[in-house]
This record gives sequence, C-alpha cells and structure tokens, in this order.
Amino acid sequence: MEHKLNYNDLWAYAPAPEDSGHVNIRDRYGLFLNGRFQDADSGKTFETHNPATEVRLSEVAFAGETDVDAAVKAARNAFDKSWNPMPPADRGKYLFRIARMIQERSREFAVAETLDGGKPIKESRDIDIPLAAAHFFYYAGWADKLEHAFPTRAVTPMGVAGQIIPWNFPLLMAAWKIAPALACGNTVVLKPAEATPLTALKLAEVIQDAGLPDGVVNILTGDGSTGAALVNHPGIDKVAFTGSTAVGKLIQNSIAGSHKKATLELGGKAANIILDDAPLNQAVEGIINGIFFNQGHVCCAGSRLLVQEGVADEVIAKLKDRLETLRVGDPMDKNTDIGAINSREQLNTIEGYLKLGQEEGAQIHQPECSLPEKGYWCRPTLFLNATQSHRIVQEEIFGPVLAIQTFRSVDEAIEMANNTPYGLSAGIWTDKGSRIFNLTRRLRAGVVWANTYNQFDPTSPFGGYKESGFGREGGLHGLEPYVNFD
Amino acid sequence: MAHLDIPKTYKLFIGGQFPRTESGRSFSLENAEGGTIANLCQASRKDFRNSVAVARKAQAGWADRAAFNRSQILYRLAEMLDGRRAQLVEELNFQGISSVDAEKEVCASVDRLVYYAGWCDKYQQVSGTVNPVASSHFNFSVPEPMGVVGILAPDEFGLLGLVSLFAPVIVGGNTCVILASESKPMCSITFAEVAATSDVPAGVINILTGFREELVPHFATHMDVNSIVYAGDNDPDVKILQEGSALNLKRVRIHRGVDWISSSSQGPQFILECQETKTTWHPVEVIKPKTGGY
Repeated sequence: MEHKLNYNDLWAYAPAPEDSGHVNIRDRYGLFLNGRFQDADSGKTFETHNPATEVRLSEVAFAGETDVDAAVKAARNAFDKSWNPMPPADRGKYLFRIARMIQERSREFAVAETLDGGKPIKESRDIDIPLAAAHFFYYAGWADKLEHAFPTRAVTPMGVAGQIIPWNFPLLMAAWKIAPALACGNTVVLKPAEATPLTALKLAEVIQDAGLPDGVVNILTGDGSTGAALVNHPGIDKVAFTGSTAVGKLIQNSIAGSHKKATLELGGKAANIILDDAPLNQAVEGIINGIFFNQGHVCCAGSRLLVQEGVADEVIAKLKDRLETLRVGDPMDKNTDIGAINSREQLNTIEGYLKLGQEEGAQIHQPECSLPEKGYWCRPTLFLNATQSHRIVQEEIFGPVLAIQTFRSVDEAIEMANNTPYGLSAGIWTDKGSRIFNLTRRLRAGVVWANTYNQFDPTSPFGGYKESGFGREGGLHGLEPYVNFD
Repeated sequence: MAHLDIPKTYKLFIGGQFPRTESGRSFSLENAEGGTIANLCQASRKDFRNSVAVARKAQAGWADRAAFNRSQILYRLAEMLDGRRAQLVEELNFQGISSVDAEKEVCASVDRLVYYAGWCDKYQQVSGTVNPVASSHFNFSVPEPMGVVGILAPDEFGLLGLVSLFAPVIVGGNTCVILASESKPMCSITFAEVAATSDVPAGVINILTGFREELVPHFATHMDVNSIVYAGDNDPDVKILQEGSALNLKRVRIHRGVDWISSSSQGPQFILECQETKTTWHPVEVIKPKTGGY
C-alpha cells in the first residue's frame, strides 16, 4: 500500500495576494486609431469584467464598420508614408523600445492581465508578460536582417495586416501578431478579444509612448462583428487569426477569391502520451501542467491523456493525489494554481461538456476543493475510461478537463493520438531516446514536447497541422507569413 | 511494306495501374485539321476519390523512405523520361506545339526532374532550424510532408507543367493526384508510363484526364486532401478551390503567370509550400553550474 498524503488542515496556505493598488486602469478606453485614443464613431461601448469577482473593470469603445474603415485607412497611410519607407534598422529600434517598455511596466501588465482574464498571477507574471516582451525583442532584431532569413529571394512587406486574437493569452497573442508583422515592414489593425481588451489597450499606451508613427498599430476593441468587418475589409492584405477552428474556416471561406493571405492558429486536442518506462512523477507534473495551465484555456493543452496499460493505475492514482493539492481560487493570490474561468459563456461551455462526458459513459473525477462564491470556477476534472469516439475526446473543451484513455502498444498510441481532426501539439513521456524520435516523427502535430509540456519561446515556431490551422508564429518560420516574395 | 499504326489507348493512372474511367466516358482530342488524335478518359468524381484513397495509402510509406532513396527514384524518372523524348516531342506536335518548342519543353522537363532529384536530401537542411530557446531545452524544427496533395496542372504545358508541379510535391514525401492539362492531356498519360517503370511506388503519383469544370469542386471539397496546388489564371476556379478548401483547412497554393520554361520556376520554395513545420522540444539536463567545464 502506497503512502497516502493527508490533505487535511496541515495543508492550509496563508493568503498571498498580489497588490493591485498601483495599477491604473482607466474608467474608459477609446479605440487606438491613428495614434490617438478616440471614441467609436457610433459612440457605443461595452464593459469588461473581472471573471473572478464579476466586478466591472472598465468600459471600452465598441468598434463598428466605420471605425474599421478608418483604422485600415490609417494603417495604409502609415504603411505608405512612414513605416515602409523607414530604414529597417529604425523599425527594429521601435520594436526594441516596445519590448523594453513592456519589461519596465511588467508588473502592471501582469496585474491587469490577471484582473481582466482570471489567470493566476504567477502565470501572467512569469509567462505571459515576459514572453510578450521577449517576442518583441526577438523580432526587433529581424527587422534589418530579412535578407538573411530569405537568402536568394527578394521580399517585400504585404501591406496592412488585420489581426484577430483570443482571450486566453491577451497580451502574448498581441505580441505574437504585432511583432513579426512590424518587423517585416507591415502595419496592423488588431482586434483584441471582447472579454479581455485591457492589456492590448495598455500596449497601445506603450506604443504611443514609444513614439511609433501614427497609424502603424491600430487597436480596435469590439466583438465578432468587428472582426468580421476587419476580415472583409478590401483594404487589408493579410489576415492573421488565432481562435476557434469554426471561425478559422469561416475566414478562409470568406477571403476566397480575394488577394488576401491568411495564417490561422486554431483549436487543438493534444494527446499527452505516457509510456510505461516514463519517469512517472515528472510525467504527472507534465500532465497537470499540460491540462491545467491557464485553466485549460490553451489551444495546445494536453487535453487527452493516453497512458500505457501497465502504468495506468499508478499514473491515475498519482494524478488524483496531485489534483487534491491544486489550489483553485483567487487569481491574484500568488499561490493559486487554477484561476477563474474566463467568462460565464465559457463556463457554460465547459459545464456542458462535463455533463456530456458523463452521459457518454466516462467517469468523472473532481477534487473536493472549495470554490469562491462570486466569479466563474471549474474544478480540475478527470474523465476516466473515455473512448476515442466520445465527444470529450474529439472536441476541444478549452477548460480544465482531461479525458483519459489507455493503450497497449506504441503503434496504438500513435493511431489514437492522430485520430482527431486537430494537429496542433502532442506530448510524449518515455525514458528511451529512440522511442521519442519514433513518436515525434509519426505524430501529426506542429509542436511536440518530449518529457516536457507547454513550453514556449519566441525563437520556436508554433502552429498546427490539419484543422489546427496553417502558418507558423515564432522563430525564423514566423517571418514568412508577413512577406511577399517578388 | 508499310506498317499499320496501332494507336494508343489513353487511360487514367491510379495506384500504379491504368484503369479506364469508371464512368466509361471519354472525350476526343482533335488536331488543327479537326481530325481525332486520341480519345481520352473523362475522369469522374469517383475516379478522383479512388485516387485520393490510394494516394493516402501510399503516403506514409513514401515519406518513410530514405531521402536518398527518393532522390534516386526521382533521378530514375528523369532517365526514363529522357528515353522517351522522341515520343513526347511527337505527341506535343500532335497537340499543336512546334517542334522547336516541343523539344524545349521535353528537355526542360527532364532537367527539372534531375534538379528536384537533387533536392530530396537537402531541402530539410536549408529549411530546418535549431532554435536557441531561453530555457534549458533542445529545440528544433523540421519540414514534414502535408500528406495528399491535389494538383491542377497548368493548361499550356502538357508535360512540363505537370512535372514542375508534382516533382517538388513528391520530393517532400507527399503523394499526389494530378488533373492533367485539359487542352494538352496526351503527354500526361505517356508520362504515367514513365512513372510506372521508374520505381515510383504505386499511388505516389496518380494522373487523371478530364474536365476542370467538373473536377475542380471535388478537388476543393475532398476531406482527405491536405493541400491543393493550382497553376493557372482562372479566377472562378481559384475561388472555388479556396472556398471549398475551408471545409478541412486545405493549404491552397496558387501559381499565376509562371514561365515554366524558365529556371526561375523551380526552387526549394516549391517543395516547402507543401511542407508543414514540426517543432520538437526536449529538456537538457542541468547538473553542473555553468562555470564548470567538463
């Protein structure tokens, strides 16, 4: 009988809240259009809330078609008059400035990110914000070196990029989109997610402070209709979208026959594969990080656990134990592991899948943790005895829900892992090097983590196979989607 | 005594075999004087689907072959094609191409295969990267085949267009289904005979003859095709391909206004446009402090 941890009162943590007092969130934000904050043409606004408390944080302008048109024109004008004619080294210097200013204001960005999106402060502080700054820093250096990225081929910028980002990594996704676009000489119109506009607007402040020429970056807050107006605007040359596969397909369809090019970073349903020779304690940490990082609101989340039969009981027992120690609650607490679900709407979606998974015949397991009264919360959840045809195995849930299946042979694991329409990422845990490369080669996924999971870096290309979208962000490969070849 | 010609039956090329279209339909090709040169198969949706099925089946095995082996097979294709030069020039003549231009096209086709044969074990090195991530991980990115590629060959070059598009696709470990030039389809089937005798595994190259108008929508919407490569300038066709491709997020590559005779119409970019990028991470052990030397 294995030693069991006692999770009773010895495990109480003292609260360790991050202070938000120094963070200035304005009561109202306009659209960042042609270098200035301004109201939407319609005067419409919408509120943004803290999903952990349901308290209103700010009110932001709601961009309509007129505003999109003005922003695209401002971006085109900036492309023609300032950004494209500018010496590439100077474009790089502006990007370096942005990177530095994000670093300088990193604590403020981290707090704002956590307040607006509900993610644990330790994640926004240690991952989102540093990576966003690093992304600008990395691409800054490419601005005057593009001829080395594409030897023997003459490249020119595309023009105006329309960029639409999701709510799970608001500032980081803005950095992933804006940095390579600007480094390659394009100007941009960015639409942040409706639920999480604040850090993009703070980034607009940084861009203003950095002195970028007016119109090079325009940030329009709004909802899906704003995004649609941007995608369909004839004045953009490029669509860069991160979000759901369903919307990605709509975009590909709606720009068919036009001159616009697209990169799409869409959904995923990654398999995290545990082989019987894996270092199990490390693997369990990898599984936890894979699915519960950012409440599972991660397109590359390891949302399917494939565990080899011989170690399945042991791994599941360890997982259940580990679940008991996860701290769910106040995202502003520095000890919190799982913060708030991003929105009421997303919580409804996740709860729908929790119900569905049980109806399909999988067994649900959740720890006995208490949840705050206000806000949107979901306990970390395991589904045992899931099967390949279950919708909780095939569909992206985008929440802290792990579907567990077992397998006997490596070939079976590969077949199961590849058997969804997605192909964004995968994880492998084994002690054997040759087996790692057998698996990494045969898994149809754009990013494969072996004996680790959910690692990101500006130098490392990220993007999917199959219905997880196309194009890469990050690294040398992340430049190509923002240039035209002569 | 004069020898009585035996006209060739032009059939489809699917899975290494030469079936007639399952639809039993044909269309005739006429010379400038209005005489029939040949009757070709008018491939159907079902023929296309059969081709995709065999291409899918062949793909993993083709991609698993050593790059050196693929290289030799491509080179073998060039050898076999060179041996058929006279026949292909004659066929191009029949289809209205002058002898000078026909000779040029056939030579360029042979040279293109030789060119791409040499790329099989090199494109990985020019497009792969080792990425200097900030954490303690070894991280690298390599190109991998997309899978099954649908190719719509350009109309104007019956042989060279087809070769220029499929060679880089199969160099990269993909398999393909090609819709040959509609107005100059003869050489595509003769080329299939070259492919059938060149150690190219069955199903890697599949060639259909038929009508764009009928088949383009099926190329666009087939759920087991990963990518579409199209050469031409028919805007409605492009739109149909791009719209239909959204069903399963096919990667659509459009080549307009390319001078296929020119050597500028070849290059690693044609290989890489049908490649995915896979990035692999693995931790690097950290035991000693960085100041220590082994």
